[in-house]
Amino acid sequence: MYASGKYSSRGPALIPRMKTKHRIYYITLFSVVLLGLIATGMFQFWPHSIESAADWTLDKRSVHDAPLVRLPVSSPIPERGDLSCRMHTCFDVYRCGYNPKNRIKVYIYPLQKFVDELGVPISSTGLSREYNDLLSAISDSNFYTDDVTRACLFIPSIDVLNQNSLRIRETAQALTMLPRWDKGMNHLLFNMLPGGPPDYNTALDVPRDRALLAGGGFSTWTYRQGYDVSIPVYSPLSADVELPERQPRHYFILSSQTAIHREYRAELERLKEENGEALLLLDKCSNLSQGVASARKRCYKGQVYDYPQILQESSFCVVLRGARLGQAALSDVLQAGCVPVILADSYILPFSEVLDWKRASVVIPEEKLSEMYTILKSIPHRQVEEMQRQARWFWEAYFSSMKAIGLTTLQIINDRIYPYAARTYEQWNNPPLAVKIVNSPLFLPLIPPRAPGFTAVVLTYDRVESLFRVITEISKVPSLAKLLVVWNNQNKSPPEESLWPKIGVPLKVVRTKENKLSNRFFPYDEIETEAVLAIDDDIIMLTSDELQFGYEVWREFPDRLVGYPGRLHLWDHEMGKWKYESEWTNEVSMVLTGAAFYHKYFNYLYTYKMPGDIKNWVDAHMNCEDIAMNFLVANITGKAPIKVTPRKKFKCPECTAIDGLSLDQTHMVERSECINKFASVFGTMPLKVVEHRADPVLYKDDFPEKLKSFPNIGSL
Amino acid sequence: MQAKKRYLTLFSAGACLILLFCFGGIQVPLSRKGPSRRDDRSLTGYHPGARCHNEHISPRQKRDAISGVYTGKRCRMESCFDFSLCQRNGFKVYVYPQQKGEKMSESYQNILSSIEGSMLYTPDPGQACLFVLSLDTLDRDQLSPQYVHNLKAKVQSLHLWNGGKNHIIFNLYSGTWPDYTEDLGFDIGLAMLAKASISTENFRPNFDVSIPLFSKDHPRTGGERGYLKHNTIPPYRKYMLVFKGKRYLTGIGSDTRNALYHVHNSEDVVLLTTCKHGKDWQKHKDARCDKDNAEYDKYDYREMLYNSTFCLVPRGRRLGSFRFLEALQAACVPVMLSNGWELPFSEIIDWNTAAVIGDERLLLQIPSTVRSIHQDKILSLRHQTQFLWEAYFNSVEKIVLTTLEIIQDRVLQHTSRSNLMWNSLPGGLFTLPQYSTYLGDFPFYYAKLGVKPYTKFTAIVHVVSPLVSQSQPVMKLLVVVAKSQYCAQVIVVWNCDKPLPAKHRWPVTSVPVIVIEGESKVISSRFLPYDTIPTDAVLSLDEDTVLSTTEVDFAFTVWQSFPDRIVGYPARSHFWDSNKERWGYTSKWTNEYSMVLTGAAIYHKYYHYLYTTYLPASLKTMVDQMSNCEDILMNFLVSSVSKLPPIKVTQKKQYKETMMGQSSRASRWADPDHFAQRQTCMNKFASWFGTMPLVHSQMRLDPVLFKDQVSILRKKYRDIERL
Repeated sequence: MYASGKYSSRGPALIPRMKTKHRIYYITLFSVVLLGLIATGMFQFWPHSIESAADWTLDKRSVHDAPLVRLPVSSPIPERGDLSCRMHTCFDVYRCGYNPKNRIKVYIYPLQKFVDELGVPISSTGLSREYNDLLSAISDSNFYTDDVTRACLFIPSIDVLNQNSLRIRETAQALTMLPRWDKGMNHLLFNMLPGGPPDYNTALDVPRDRALLAGGGFSTWTYRQGYDVSIPVYSPLSADVELPERQPRHYFILSSQTAIHREYRAELERLKEENGEALLLLDKCSNLSQGVASARKRCYKGQVYDYPQILQESSFCVVLRGARLGQAALSDVLQAGCVPVILADSYILPFSEVLDWKRASVVIPEEKLSEMYTILKSIPHRQVEEMQRQARWFWEAYFSSMKAIGLTTLQIINDRIYPYAARTYEQWNNPPLAVKIVNSPLFLPLIPPRAPGFTAVVLTYDRVESLFRVITEISKVPSLAKLLVVWNNQNKSPPEESLWPKIGVPLKVVRTKENKLSNRFFPYDEIETEAVLAIDDDIIMLTSDELQFGYEVWREFPDRLVGYPGRLHLWDHEMGKWKYESEWTNEVSMVLTGAAFYHKYFNYLYTYKMPGDIKNWVDAHMNCEDIAMNFLVANITGKAPIKVTPRKKFKCPECTAIDGLSLDQTHMVERSECINKFASVFGTMPLKVVEHRADPVLYKDDFPEKLKSFPNIGSL
Repeated sequence: MQAKKRYLTLFSAGACLILLFCFGGIQVPLSRKGPSRRDDRSLTGYHPGARCHNEHISPRQKRDAISGVYTGKRCRMESCFDFSLCQRNGFKVYVYPQQKGEKMSESYQNILSSIEGSMLYTPDPGQACLFVLSLDTLDRDQLSPQYVHNLKAKVQSLHLWNGGKNHIIFNLYSGTWPDYTEDLGFDIGLAMLAKASISTENFRPNFDVSIPLFSKDHPRTGGERGYLKHNTIPPYRKYMLVFKGKRYLTGIGSDTRNALYHVHNSEDVVLLTTCKHGKDWQKHKDARCDKDNAEYDKYDYREMLYNSTFCLVPRGRRLGSFRFLEALQAACVPVMLSNGWELPFSEIIDWNTAAVIGDERLLLQIPSTVRSIHQDKILSLRHQTQFLWEAYFNSVEKIVLTTLEIIQDRVLQHTSRSNLMWNSLPGGLFTLPQYSTYLGDFPFYYAKLGVKPYTKFTAIVHVVSPLVSQSQPVMKLLVVVAKSQYCAQVIVVWNCDKPLPAKHRWPVTSVPVIVIEGESKVISSRFLPYDTIPTDAVLSLDEDTVLSTTEVDFAFTVWQSFPDRIVGYPARSHFWDSNKERWGYTSKWTNEYSMVLTGAAIYHKYYHYLYTTYLPASLKTMVDQMSNCEDILMNFLVSSVSKLPPIKVTQKKQYKETMMGQSSRASRWADPDHFAQRQTCMNKFASWFGTMPLVHSQMRLDPVLFKDQVSILRKKYRDIERL
C-alpha cells in the first residue's frame, strides 16, 4: 500500500503534458489501478472490521465506535529501537512493584482508529481477528488490569501482527500518540510477520523506541536476548483442522512447504532420489478444480494429498526458511506430532527462552541440508517417539491459539520480573501427568557424616515399663544423639523425671494435645538431627548393632525409609484391587515404621504436605500411618525403601494376643483398604518392589565374629 | 521524445499493476471469518506475493553475505566462525606453543594445561577447529603487574591468527579505573571471548562464553567439594542474608554497595561494608564510613558464609565478584545484585534453579523477596548450588572444559546436550552427547523420564587363555551366564595370543555368543563400547570367574534399582596410609568396601563409552601395559560420576580368594607384583582425578530371605545359599 501509493501519485503529474487521446487512455488506466487498490483495501478492511466488531468486547465497544484519531503529518516518529535494550536498562521495573502474587499487571489501550491527515487509515486491515483474539485473551486473564495507573505492561490496540498491512511511518506516529507511550517504556508489541521485500528484515520495521517486541521470525542479530520474546507464527489452519486419530507414520521425512527456494527444492529432490520412498516431497497443486482450498492440498506428481493431515503420516517434517525465518508451517507440523526439522540459520526458535527445543525438534544448518537423511537416521528410535510427543505437547500448550501465544509471552515477561517465582524448566517442558515425574528437593548424592547422629522418637501412651526398657536399649546405640518421647496420653502425666532411666544423651518428653498417630511424624523443633529413628514403645528386640547398622545404611540412602520388617503390596486379580501382604516373601515394597530411620524432611512432608485427607483418615482409624509414610516417601523419590537385616517381625514378650495386631484378620483387611485408599488419593501406585535387603558386608561370612563391625545382628 | 515518454508511462503503469498484484497478495488481512478464504491466503509467505522476491536471492549467496556483514560486536557463529575446520577431525583444540621469555600467570598456565590434558586437545594445528593463544590475556587491567604489553603486535604476528577466526580468548579482568570498560586493549578480530564479568550489552549470544571470576588459588584439577553436609529441617540458617565486602564510595558500580545499609538489620540480614581500602580512602570518606567500618570488624566472613541461607552477591567495580563462587561452594544461595551481568555459563545453566536473580533497582525489596521463598525451594536451590559447583566450577579444569564443551555443542548442533543434561546430575561434562542424544540411553535420567532400563543384559567375557578343554572355567561360565533369564547376548573378547578357536568349540547356548578379537589384545578392549551390545546393562566377567545363574539373576535385579552404579560380587577397599602419605589398596576382608571388581560386575553400557573416550590415553596405556588395574580405573570413573559407592551383592563362593593357587595358569592374580602395581595405580589415578572419588559402603545387598530360618522352598534365590 505504502509503496504502490508512491508510484501512483507520480503518475498524474505527467498527464497534463500529454495529448488528449492519450490522456483519456492513461486516466482510464490509472483509474483502474486506483480503483483496484481502493477496492482491495476496502474489501479487506471493511468486512473485516464489521465482523470483529461483534467479537471485540474489551470495553464493550465496537470498532464502529472506536474514536477516530487524525495523525498530524508532523507528529513525532519514535526512534528505531535500541538494540542494546535490556530489562534493566529499558524497562521500568518500579511500575511492576512488589506484590505477593508475583504477577504483572497488563493494561490494554482502548481501541482507536488512526488515520492520517487525508483520512487514510494507518493499516489496510485494521484490527485483525487474530489480534482481537489475543487482546481478548489477555483481558480475560488474570494479568489484566483496567487501571492504567497500576499497570506494569502496556499493550497498544494497534495491530502490527503483519507488517505488510501497515504504513510504517504512520503506525510509528500512532504509537507515540498513545497517552502512556513515554519512549515506549514497558510497552509490548506483537508482530508475527516482520519485514517486507526485498530484504525481509527479521524484526518489525516500525520504529518503536524502547518497546518490547514479541516477534515471530527473529534472527540472532535482531533479537535482544532477555528483552524481546520470540513467538511462533500463528497458523490459522490449526483452528479449523480436526486431525484424525494417530496415523501410522509411513514416511520418514516429509517436506510439505510450497514456497521453498528452488535451490533447496533441488537439494530435496536429490535427497529423494537417493533415499526413495522414505522421503515424501510435496508442492502446491497446479491444477486443482475450482472451490478447493489450495492451502489444504499438496501434490506430488499429480497425486493429491490432504494438508495438514499428511503431516501425521511422517516421522520428521522439514521446516525450511522462506523469505522469512519464522514459518507458520512449524505450527502445523507440531500439531501433527511430527518432529520438525528446522533449517533456518540464525533463527531464534519460538519461546526459546523457556522451551527446550532439543527435546522436540532437530535443528540442522541450512548448509547441511544434504546430510539431513543421515543425521535423522542416527537419532535413536525411542528418542524420536519422545520428540513426537513433546512436539505435540508444545503445540497444545504454546502454539494452538492466539490466546496460548499471548499468555505464554506474558508469562515469560512475568518470569523475568519475578525470577525467584519463575516457572521451572520442568513446568515449561514436561507434559503434565504423562508419566510420574519424581521431583525431590533432596536430590544430591550426599552421604551425611556419622556425627551428629540421629534422634530417636518414641511414641508412647501408657506402657511405661516397656518404654523404659526401650529407652535403655536404644541408649546403647553409639550414634544416638537425643531421645524424644512423644507422650500421647492426655489423661495421664508422664512419670516424674527422677523415675526415667539415666542415659548418656539428652531425653526430652513432648506432651501432645490429642492422642493422634500423626503425632509421631510431627517435625518437632527438638529434633535437631536430620536423621530420625521412629520407634514404638514396645520394640525391645533390636540389638544395638542392628540399630547402629540401620543408621549407617540410612546414611548411604538418606532419602529413603530404612527399616526392619518389610511388607509388600500385591495386586489381587480376583478382587481387582490392591492387597496388603505380611507373609515372609522374597519381595519388599514397604518397611514398618515401628522402627525405621528416615529424614526429618519427611516428617515435615507428612504433617504439611500429605495429599488429600490421608492424614485425618489415619488419625481417625488409628492405623496405617506407616503405610501412608511409605507412600509419601516413594511418591516423592520414586525409590523403594531399604529393608535392613533379617528381622521380620516385632514381638514383645508382654504383648497379649489382642495386642499382636498383625495377626488379626480384620487388621489385615483394614490395611489392604488403606493401600487402596491411598493409591486412589495419590492417583497412582507409587510403591516400588525390590528383592533385596541390606546386611553388613561380612554378614554370615565365615570370618571371626570379633572382627566384624556388626557381629550382633539378630534373626527373624 | 513522445515515444520515450510513452514507454516510460507505460512502464510505470505496468509496474503499478505488478506491484498491485504482488502487494495485493501480501496485503491480505491476517484472517477472514470464512475458513475457506483464510486457507487460501493465510499468514505465511507462501502466496505469490512472497514468491516474487523469494526467487531472486539465492540462500547460498545470502549465507555468504552474512559473514561479511556481521563482524565485531555483531559476531555470531554463523558469521565469524569457520565450521568447516571442525568437520574433518571433529572438535579439536590447539594451543599455541609457549614462547620463551613470555611471562604467564599461573592461572593462565592452568588453563592451558587443562586444555592440553583434555580429550579435545590436538598438538597439530592442521587438525584443530579451535585455537587458544599462549599469550596471557587474563588480566587486561593496565595497572596490573600481570598486564602483557604489546599484545596487539604479538597477536598479529601469529601466522595462524587468521583475523582471530576460530580463536578463543580467555579473560578475567578488563579495563581499569575509572571506567572499567570491557575492552581488552587489543583487536580481538573475529575471536570468541571467554570472559568474566561480561555485560549483556557486550555479550554476543551463542558466540562468547561468560565464565566465572576465579582466584589465582583456584585448584587446577580435582577441586574442593561443596560444603553442604547436612539437610537440616527447617532449612533456615542463623542468618537469612549476608554480605561482607568493600564499598567504593564513588564512581562506577558504587551505588549498590553504598545503599546496602538500608536493609542491614544486624540480626538476620547482615550486610557489612568497609570504606578502608586503597591508599587514600580517608579522602572520599563519607558520614557512614566510621560506623560501617566498626560494624564490619565485628563479624567473621567465613562464619557468616557458612551460617547463612542466602548470600548477597552485589556488583563491585566490575560486574562479577569472587563472592559468587564462594557462596556457591558454601551452599549459601547467591542473591545476585548485578544488573546486566551475563551470568557464568548462562548459555547452558538455568540459574533460577540455584540462585535468586535480584535487581539493583529493587534493593529494598530483597529481604522480603528472600523471606517469601518456600523452604522446599530453599532446599532444592541449595542442592543445585552444590551440584553446579562440583560439576562446572570447582577447578580451573572444569571451568575450561565447560567453556570448550559449550562451544562444541554449538558446532555439533544436532549432537548437543539438552538443557536437562547440563542442569541435572551428573552434569554436562560427564554426559557426552556423542554417545546418544536420547536421555533414556544414559544411566542417570530414568527416574526423571519415568522410564526403566532395558530388562536384559549383555555378558562380556574377557578371555586371555586358549581353549584347551571343555571343562575349563570359561566354558562353564558361558553356559551358566547364558542360562540367566535376563541374558540377551554373550560377547567373548578374545585377548589371547592364540588364534580364534573354531566356532564349534564354544558351548551351545540359547542366546547368541559373539566372539570379538580384542583390539591389539590390550586389556582396555574389554571396556570398549561395542555396537554389538544391544542392552543397557553389561555383565563384565573374567574368564576364571565362578558364578551361578541365580547369583547373576539376583545381581541384575539389584542393578535395575541402581543403574548408575557398579553392582558386583568381590569387593575391595582403599584407605589413606598416613605413614607413607599415600593411598593404600587392600583386598583383605573388611567391614567396608569402595570398589567392586569388574571381573564379575554389572554396570551400565555408558560407562564403557566414558572409559574409552573420557579417560586420558596416559591412564589407559598404563593399564594396558601392566594388564592390571582396569577394574580400579573403572571404579574411579563410575564413582567420580555418581559420587556414590558401588554395590556389593552376596555370592555363594568366595570368588578369587578361593580361586587363588588353583590351576588357571594365566591368572594374573598369582603374580606377586600384581598387588604392588595396584597400589601404584590407586595413587596415579587419584592424582589424575585430582581427588579421591571412591566412597566407602558398609552394606551388602542380599536376597530378602537370605539365610533366614525359613523353608528353602520359600526362597526365590535359594541357590545362593547352597554351598
